[in-house]
Amino acid sequence: MDRQKLIWTVVFAVGALGLIINALTRDAGSAYVKSVDHEFALVEKGKWVDVESDDALDFDLEGKERIRWSSEEQATYRDYQQSKQAKSDESKYSFSLSMTFGIWVAAMFTLFIMSFLFKDNPFYKFAESVVVGVSAAYWMVVGFWDVIIPNLFGKLSPSFISNWAMPGLSGEADFWYLVPLVLGIMLLWRLAPSGTWISRWPLAFIIGTTAGIRLMGFIHADFLSQIRNSIIPLAVFENGSFLFWDSFLNLVLIIGVLTAIVYFFFSIEHKGVVGKTARVGIWFLMVTFGAAFGYTVMGRIALLAIRLEFLFDDWLWIIDPAMNRIAGI
Amino acid sequence: MKRTVPLLITAFGGFVLIIAYFIPATQGWGETVAIWFDVLASIAFILGGANLLKIHLKKMSDRQSGWGFSAVTVSAFLITLTVGLAKVGVHPSLNFPDYTWSGSYREMGSPFWWLYEYAFKPLTATMFAMLAFYVASAAFRAFRAKNIEAILLLGTAFIILLGRTFAGVFLTSWLPDSLSGLRIENLTVTIMQVFNTAGNRAIMIGIALGIASTSLKVLLGVDRSYLGGGED
Amino acid sequence: MYDKLKNLDRRWIFLLMFLSVAIPIIIIGITGQSFPEKPTDLAYSTFNAIEDLKPGDKVLLSFDFDPASEGELGPMATAFTYHCAANELNMYFMALWPVGPQMIDNAIENVIKKDFPDLVYGEDYVNLGFKSGGEGVIKVIVTDFLELFSTDAKGTPFNDIPMNKEISSVQDMDLVINISAGSAGTKEWVQYAVTPYPDEITLVAGCTGVQAPLLYPYIPEQLPGLLGAIKGAAEYEKLVFDKYYRDEGKVVPGRYQEGVRRMGPQLVAHLLMILLIIAGNFIYFVEKKRGVQ
Repeated sequence: MDRQKLIWTVVFAVGALGLIINALTRDAGSAYVKSVDHEFALVEKGKWVDVESDDALDFDLEGKERIRWSSEEQATYRDYQQSKQAKSDESKYSFSLSMTFGIWVAAMFTLFIMSFLFKDNPFYKFAESVVVGVSAAYWMVVGFWDVIIPNLFGKLSPSFISNWAMPGLSGEADFWYLVPLVLGIMLLWRLAPSGTWISRWPLAFIIGTTAGIRLMGFIHADFLSQIRNSIIPLAVFENGSFLFWDSFLNLVLIIGVLTAIVYFFFSIEHKGVVGKTARVGIWFLMVTFGAAFGYTVMGRIALLAIRLEFLFDDWLWIIDPAMNRIAGI
Repeated sequence: MKRTVPLLITAFGGFVLIIAYFIPATQGWGETVAIWFDVLASIAFILGGANLLKIHLKKMSDRQSGWGFSAVTVSAFLITLTVGLAKVGVHPSLNFPDYTWSGSYREMGSPFWWLYEYAFKPLTATMFAMLAFYVASAAFRAFRAKNIEAILLLGTAFIILLGRTFAGVFLTSWLPDSLSGLRIENLTVTIMQVFNTAGNRAIMIGIALGIASTSLKVLLGVDRSYLGGGED
Repeated sequence: MYDKLKNLDRRWIFLLMFLSVAIPIIIIGITGQSFPEKPTDLAYSTFNAIEDLKPGDKVLLSFDFDPASEGELGPMATAFTYHCAANELNMYFMALWPVGPQMIDNAIENVIKKDFPDLVYGEDYVNLGFKSGGEGVIKVIVTDFLELFSTDAKGTPFNDIPMNKEISSVQDMDLVINISAGSAGTKEWVQYAVTPYPDEITLVAGCTGVQAPLLYPYIPEQLPGLLGAIKGAAEYEKLVFDKYYRDEGKVVPGRYQEGVRRMGPQLVAHLLMILLIIAGNFIYFVEKKRGVQ
């Protein structure tokens, strides 16, 4: 085994040992839940009441059909320890194997993605493949349950949807929704081996609608309103006294807007007076881009910070800023 | 016919919305067209997912290089889709306990929630977090003060980078109140409110004109590139 | 020095960036100390836009972001939710991004259920969920909520929810708060909600660092308040939790200090960026002097 491979093997072995010791001795990377019981009784035809609620007092629940289940809420290690110390037999707090496994899976995925910084490798490719598959399916599921069921099928056939998915839904069928249904089926024809021209109709509708919405939105908010917002006083007065700096900055703003617009006007050659004006415009744009770079850097670093917080807080238990555990480090 | 009808549909969709903007009596039609657009947008999610499946299944069946990872993608896709659409492990809604499918597909503790919390979230978040490293590397390799414009850009970047943290406050806190405008944090505000606003306003006006002209070209049928190539 | 820098493997830069973020996180996490924050005018105008509302006023909170930008926008979402709940405002949550509902669930779980357990769903706050279409959604709901949001996120019919009886469209809201990571987001809210109805709709927003400079032309006429990037989040956290915790002598819980904590690694990483740019220009000027092509 060559030297580099040996070093990496030792590093990984020490790291893995450290993680195992950290997990076994301090419970690092573990998750806890609180179980919440729900029980409902059928008091009248079609009427279920929560047996714990005030409404249940109005009914005799003896012998009534019941539905029960337990759901879980996330709990902290501190809650779990306190309930253990209370030695209550009815403690609802317990260790969650699925969520603990999930934290370790999330940490591994985070490290797999970060491993790309060193070198492209199969772990990164695996993580990348998983995210592509999961995110595409996630969007499909969200689109289906949040829009297609309530806003398409729920409008076309409220009684059918209310029978199984959305019991509270009511109303008359609105057959105008056949239009988006038919357009939607035509859109899916794009996947067919032939006849993809059929998908042009819904695409044309999407593009036409987008163009129509954007035309008005951009002209009103980004053109007319911006011109109006630029009409600001060149001489600013407050309580009768002239404010020099406010007036100067307003003048700079107007000069900046006008010169930068001149720069973007490419129908005239940028020579002579126009050229010099455009040059001033470029200077304003360079300051704009410098500000954009500074803010972009700020944005990116915050994203890295939250990932490292997850690794150090939820996985390795090195820090505990939210005081989720009785004994942090 | 195959190209004329789409052009008419484009014009119809766009002009209904434009007319609805100006004539309140037609606002209902504009709303209806916008609602159809919103519903189609969610069907586009289905198209996207199905297209992904198609591409990766083809890659697997053709045994192209990297087809193993396509298998991972397809598996992750199908597992997420199944648990999400079937609301696996989701309890009924507390308002309708006798309707098995009435619960929220995002219920905490369900397999779909698990996939979001421990796969989707860390993976997408880390993908974007990687940009912090690349921005550092790019800044080292590419940012050169070659001319006055570049110096302006870099100088502004330095002021913003310092001014939006405590470093800026610390470095220029010694300046007297009469020169408080030159303190880096105040300079940052001035740069953003005057210079950045001026530059972005000019860009915004230019883009607005561009969008207006592109939209009109599309609605009037002058630009037909979205219909694809000449075949079919 | 020049040779070392010229041939520097970029992985050393990656390592420096990693350490410049990791070490401050660990130190701040252990010591609990972070840098002081001084809010700027935009943070004050955003804060005051909510402070000026009366109990019972209606606020629409649109969470248009996903986990990829949660680092910057999560603290804003938490602080906005806390501020609205503390001011006893009626909160209407919605999302234009598919993963937005998860962000709403987090805000409800971590803020409302933990610190405002007396608030009743359907009377004090409601989660209307996600609808696809971006600006198409805004276009519809500025005149009619019910057409698109026929139910809330849990499937309860819109008009069966007590607090929904008071609203028919976004114009009935006293304030719109948008947390945005891109398109559809603050720009679309300004274009399709505020600009056509400037007297009826007031908007304040929190956005990512990438978007913030692009939204400045809208300030203040179309966008009176804007929190830009994690700095905006930290300033806003300072204002909100000074009022509701520190001014009353209470210690601010750690989960409400995420933005302030993240300013520590920001500072060190920013200094690293400046150092890297200076180092890169050092190479450039040495090469120029030596006449290297």
